[in-house]
Amino acid sequence: MAGQYTAGDLRKGLKVEFEKKPYVVTEFNFVKPGKGASIYNCRLKCMLDGTTMQRAFRANDIFGVPDLEEKTMRYSYNEGDNYIFMDVNFEQTTIPATVLGDSRYFLFEDCEVTVLFFNNNPVEVTLPTFVEKVIAETQPGARGNTAAGNVTKPAKIVGGYELPVPLFVNEGDTIKIDTRTGQYSDRVLRR
Amino acid sequence: MDERERLAALAPVLRLRGAVNEAIRGFFLERDFIEVETPVRVAVPAMERHIDAEPAGDAWLRTSPELHMKRLLAAGLPRLFQIGPCFRKGERGERHNPEYSMLEWYRAGADYRVMLTEIEALLRRVASAVRLRDEGALKIREEIFSRPWIVESVRDIFRREAGWDPVAHYDEERFERDLVGRVEPSLPRDRCVALLDYPAAQGALARLKPGAAALAERWELYAGGLELANAFSELTDAAEQRRRFETWGNERRAEGSAVYPLDEAFLAALAAGMPPSGGVALGLDRLVMALAGLRTLDDLLPFREVSKQ
Repeated sequence: MAGQYTAGDLRKGLKVEFEKKPYVVTEFNFVKPGKGASIYNCRLKCMLDGTTMQRAFRANDIFGVPDLEEKTMRYSYNEGDNYIFMDVNFEQTTIPATVLGDSRYFLFEDCEVTVLFFNNNPVEVTLPTFVEKVIAETQPGARGNTAAGNVTKPAKIVGGYELPVPLFVNEGDTIKIDTRTGQYSDRVLRR
Repeated sequence: MDERERLAALAPVLRLRGAVNEAIRGFFLERDFIEVETPVRVAVPAMERHIDAEPAGDAWLRTSPELHMKRLLAAGLPRLFQIGPCFRKGERGERHNPEYSMLEWYRAGADYRVMLTEIEALLRRVASAVRLRDEGALKIREEIFSRPWIVESVRDIFRREAGWDPVAHYDEERFERDLVGRVEPSLPRDRCVALLDYPAAQGALARLKPGAAALAERWELYAGGLELANAFSELTDAAEQRRRFETWGNERRAEGSAVYPLDEAFLAALAAGMPPSGGVALGLDRLVMALAGLRTLDDLLPFREVSKQ
């Protein structure tokens, strides 16, 4: 911990350390019952696993200032479930698949990412908003089938991730994926 | 929405506010109350355990008009009311603003039970008066005030909603957490509820119940779940009052909060004799919120000033 906050310092968007985990404050409301002490009703989102909790804090409750650092790194390769990234000084960091989640399917060699470290451990990897991937497998789009509202079909990209794509997308096509949602964004037309 | 549109859209609630004030004044003047104005900028703010005063030059802004009004009571003016601004440092939220309007009234010879009867008559009258004037721009929630009121002891509602007895086993932190987390959320949204008889430690400036010193003669009124007013059978014992001020001062010092000098003029007035009295403090902004069904002060206040920093 690099310092302290009290509950009175909390505000939306502030990052705090609580019970040894980094949280971001997503909701904050001041209440003060009758003749009582100030109470801060908060919702905190854990930066490690995304879980949220609702808590009532009192003015003298103390939070740490989390030791957080953001670094720009480049993806180089993976060994099984371990993904190796390199910073500008060619120093390597291994990030496990559990931290990357589905993002690991969207990586490509030399992909520039932002890695968030908490107490020197990588906890979050932010990719470019859009990445391009090639479709490895999908059924040809069945024309005339759109009346049922079924305008997408399943597809698999090179590397194994599955997502719904529009009917006109074919095997071998390059598509853009929005890495924030993991959803299809666009088809990339190649000559 | 730009500022002009936002302010123009507030016209119905601003009109409602004026009508509320007018109905309140009519009610008290008919009952032979004197409307008073006491200093807003005070040499000594009322010391309370958890209320912080806003400094104003070499003085403070009042957190409540209580001590001055009690000096008038002690001087023999038996029925007093006041409508005016009060200030509480650091209180900002959907239902709090550092500057707000208070209606406060005192009645000599009355206790907190009498004051409960009086606030019920007041609020029914106000709700009905503003409904009649409503021009269709706002839906006035008169029913919150006209439906039968519920009166329940703090002990009973804590036993039911939080599963413990806060009078027999008082614990400040647990009391306040459960009040906000369990008791208040359980209150009905469609009517008024008065919670009665607080643990003595939550008594503030209330007298203890004769024959039951674990309880303070205090109630809090909730309108549709919104905390609206607080009342006491006022403490008139100067020695006990001094002791409480000193205790809160010590507790405040220990936690690093500002400690105010004792208000000796008020203590002298108490010592010279203040009649047994009932007093009520009501948040006017919140009353308008409850009447108009507004969720936050942002829907009511045309301006919310922020501090320098």
